[in-house]
Amino acid sequence: MNLKGWKDLPPATVVPASTAEQVETGQWRSMRPVWDESKCIHCLQCWVQCPDNSIKTNEEGKVTGIDYFYCKGCGICAKVCPKDAIEMRPEADFI
Amino acid sequence: MARRDITSGNWAAAEAMRQINPDVVAAYPITPSTDIPMKFSQFVADGLVDTNLVTVESEHSAISACLAASISGARVMTASSANGVALMHEIFPIVAAYRAPIVFALVNRCIGAPINIHCDHSDSMAERDMGWIHLYCEDAQEVYDSLIMSVRIAEHKDVLLPVFVCQDGFITSHCFEPIEFLEDEEVKNFIGERDPMFPLLDVDNPVAYGSLALTDYYFEIKRQQIEAMKNVRKVYEEISEEFYKLTGRKYPIVEAYKTEDAEYVAVIMSSATGAVKEAVDKLRAEGHKVGCLRVRMFRPFPWKDIAEILTGKKGIAVLDRAASIGAGAPLFTEVKGALYDSGTIVPTNSYVYGLGGRDFFLHDAEKAFTDLINGDFSPEERYLGLRE
Repeated sequence: MNLKGWKDLPPATVVPASTAEQVETGQWRSMRPVWDESKCIHCLQCWVQCPDNSIKTNEEGKVTGIDYFYCKGCGICAKVCPKDAIEMRPEADFI
Repeated sequence: MARRDITSGNWAAAEAMRQINPDVVAAYPITPSTDIPMKFSQFVADGLVDTNLVTVESEHSAISACLAASISGARVMTASSANGVALMHEIFPIVAAYRAPIVFALVNRCIGAPINIHCDHSDSMAERDMGWIHLYCEDAQEVYDSLIMSVRIAEHKDVLLPVFVCQDGFITSHCFEPIEFLEDEEVKNFIGERDPMFPLLDVDNPVAYGSLALTDYYFEIKRQQIEAMKNVRKVYEEISEEFYKLTGRKYPIVEAYKTEDAEYVAVIMSSATGAVKEAVDKLRAEGHKVGCLRVRMFRPFPWKDIAEILTGKKGIAVLDRAASIGAGAPLFTEVKGALYDSGTIVPTNSYVYGLGGRDFFLHDAEKAFTDLINGDFSPEERYLGLRE
């Protein structure tokens, strides 16, 4: 790993903005939410409650899937779904 | 055409702020600096400045608001004292690490407990490691001039560090003396416009300040701050030279008074210098070769200047208006270190004086000199004006 010396760092603790977008927090999952489209009524409760903006929706306001790049597997979506359309399964199932 | 008037250190500071016309001032009152935001708030109410004055709920909020405004790109000033400064402590190193060029009028008052509104240097000394520039002013003229110069020093691209401009509480801040003011235009032209480095308001070039930097990068970032502090000296000399050309008033990093042929020198900061200079004159009239060295810039500490002046002396007395309980007093410790590094051994005595605003008299200054003259040298801390 090439770590920079003090002369090569930007001053004032500054880094470019929005670098958080590049961090794959999905790597932190140990449980994965699996969405069953046939059961979904598109009430958007999962989208409202997701703390990581990881429920994907379209212009019509319908759920289209889960953003696994960011989803940390907290399970709130599965918990709040009134139709049990989301099931939490071990991440190990998907290796 | 320069204007002369009789005013106090606080009011001179407020006047400097009026002429500087900072973009933002976030402040909270505490004796004896209250006058500064109070007078300034009258300027704001009267429409004499364009400043956005933010009246916050505590000093911690004041410095936090100042920092946010400063990294947004605003020119920012504030003032405080004593435990108000202490309450800001948590944010000070962040201001320095963010390289926010805040100019801060620090009116020295002793830190409680016990509660006491009077002057000593314990408030600013507690902040000496926070990465800010420290200037100690002897009188109100110097306070006024230093605030103006500090805007340029702080904002200089080789520095970009915040500055404490210190003055003795009540002694300098509230007592009246004749001062020469610059014209509004002169101040405006001297300080120019701020050209901020990474302003948050520049939404086309977005940045984040102060993200996590662990064992892999923290050290390098501190080293950058250390480098900036090393540049202060050169920048200070350029700007004070420019100020001298404008006003005829010179402010060397250390002020030497009758030290060239002196055998014994007392080292001191701030307003008590007056009494020491008086003692010098009185003792010289009696045939003693004595001198006074006033340290104006405490951070970065001017070891070389001090060592040069004190080398070859027969004895030195360092007078501190703050104690470092459990170790040598701050100025004493640094002066001794300066001498050691220069390779000369000069007996150096330590005196703590004036804590909690205890008056410092001519006879106290004389005592420091007569101890030296009598060859009474000791590394033990002594006290001037203390009842045993």
